[in-house]
Amino acid sequence: MNPSDNLHPASGSFWNDTGKSGISSWIFSTDHKRIGLLYFWSVLSFFLVAVVLGLLLRIELMAPGRTIMGPETYNALFTVHGAVMVFLFIIPGFPGAFGNLVMPIQIGARDVSFPRLNLFSWWLYMIGAAVIIIALFTGGGPPDTGWTFYVPFSARTGTNVSVAVFGVFIVGFSSIVTGVNFVTTIHRLRAPGMSWDRLPLFVWSLYATAWVQILATPILGITLVLIIAERVLGVGLFDPMKGGDPVMYQHLFWIYSHPAVYIMILPAMGVISEIIPVFSRKPVFGYKMIAFSSIAIAAAGSLVWGHHMFTSGISDRAILIFSFLTFVVAIPSAIKVFNWVSTLYRGSISLEAPMLYALSFILLFSIGGLTGLILGAAATDIHVHDTHFVVGHFHYVIFGGSGFALFGAMHYWLPKFYGRKYAEKPALIAWALLFVGFNITYFSMMVLGMKGMPRRYYDYLPEFAPLNLVSTMGSWILAVGLVLMLVNLIRGLRSGEPVGNNPWGGATLEWTIPSPPPTENFSEEPVVTHGPYDFSKAGKP
Amino acid sequence: MTEASHHIISYRKLSAVWGLLLLLTAATVLITRLDLGPYKIVGALSIACIKSGLVIAIFMHMKYEGRLLRILLFVALVTLAIFIGFTFFDVLYR
Repeated sequence: MNPSDNLHPASGSFWNDTGKSGISSWIFSTDHKRIGLLYFWSVLSFFLVAVVLGLLLRIELMAPGRTIMGPETYNALFTVHGAVMVFLFIIPGFPGAFGNLVMPIQIGARDVSFPRLNLFSWWLYMIGAAVIIIALFTGGGPPDTGWTFYVPFSARTGTNVSVAVFGVFIVGFSSIVTGVNFVTTIHRLRAPGMSWDRLPLFVWSLYATAWVQILATPILGITLVLIIAERVLGVGLFDPMKGGDPVMYQHLFWIYSHPAVYIMILPAMGVISEIIPVFSRKPVFGYKMIAFSSIAIAAAGSLVWGHHMFTSGISDRAILIFSFLTFVVAIPSAIKVFNWVSTLYRGSISLEAPMLYALSFILLFSIGGLTGLILGAAATDIHVHDTHFVVGHFHYVIFGGSGFALFGAMHYWLPKFYGRKYAEKPALIAWALLFVGFNITYFSMMVLGMKGMPRRYYDYLPEFAPLNLVSTMGSWILAVGLVLMLVNLIRGLRSGEPVGNNPWGGATLEWTIPSPPPTENFSEEPVVTHGPYDFSKAGKP
Repeated sequence: MTEASHHIISYRKLSAVWGLLLLLTAATVLITRLDLGPYKIVGALSIACIKSGLVIAIFMHMKYEGRLLRILLFVALVTLAIFIGFTFFDVLYR
């Protein structure tokens, strides 16, 4: 299950201080750190599978015409790539893995409020994932609808949509359960002195995310059940011939799936808000505004779903309102970016691996966010809708943003839980490869989209060939960087240099306890006397 | 909160609510036969709201619950109302 099981002789750490042994000490553990690591390795495995699919898609697009696969296979691959990345990697990635690992310690708690429910959420996630995998190899084969499952195609295609959608439905419940657990934990289990204005910003971002998980995910569940009803019973909810409305499906789908991108990006912003002050040795600039902007993004971001539908035939008035609200979301996002940059200003910056990922996050997320406004403005959206511009924009936000933040979090927090650290130099080389490869791959896509290359086609006109070749080359650099990063990280966690309690000089609570932490986290309940970024009171690295 | 208030509702009251729900169901069917234009859906949804309100308040005991639970339910309902309301920016003006 885990590459470094049984490698930690340090007695009293959560690695060896359990009543059970072997695999059952993991898959039946209610310890938030073990569940966090279960989530982390499961999520990472699905990520790698989806990365391979993404690389295959890029190889197909390397040259015009059929390169390695036909149109049906291409449709299935981009569907599975998207569905696995979204539902099995990046949505559970932050709350499930790093939320579980870090959040209870950051608020000074021994565990989450409902440890068994926490374990149940991982089981739901794995069962849902198993159902999705079964869907790929049974029935009519893997779904070919795109990860959005748009009707009428999803109601008619002969591929195994019903089973896949049912799997996503189960995974959705795991997300709701985690949300309920985190809201309760953050309300009820904060240590004495851990007031709301001393809460680490990562916890604030998880809190905002948890509310989105609770309030929006049920709508995804309902929508997916309606697809199954449409396919199995032919109820006609989305079929105009029977009095239904296909656009209604898009409303329902995006009511969840737009807020879902905030489930992906908000905790990533929280990670960045943790890393930047620590590696600038300076209190975060505008703590309250960063905390408040997380809530504002979660609230405003839940009301902008219509911007996915500007060309679907919704009313002009709706376009106006959704376009306006989309621009409103840019305000709290910009507040965060400006506050991070202000934190850097005159800080004592050290460019170690987590910080490099955080700095590239600021750049890549800003590009992704601002290209989002091009799509959010109805006039420009009509030109670039459903082109590769959208693909480039989305990957800048979710890979350049959330993905890079996750890599940053892996370098920043995993040493805490393994008690050992990766080698710095390969980490820097891997970062450079990832950064260069990323920009070559996805910037080319945005240019291609501007030139009019549509997305979701396995073939294209000859004039798009040079940039597609460049993009595919970029994806290989990206892949090499990814492999180097993971090999270096995993080797470091297995046999790297041991780290002390506080390798980075952080001021949040997780750096006050041993690495790896004991099972109960704190030997006695901590009393919080200073803010999360008050470095004058924290230990030196 | 929940443990403290084991409120028992009489059969008479429960039956009355049940009867009212049946009447409202009949009203839902009847309203489809009236020519109300776009207001038909407002009418149908209003009746549905009253019905679910009765079920939540009486059958699900929300009327006798503590404030926290009521606030939580209220937040969820307001969210749902906003989602449905915003969808009508599209549906009503197409």
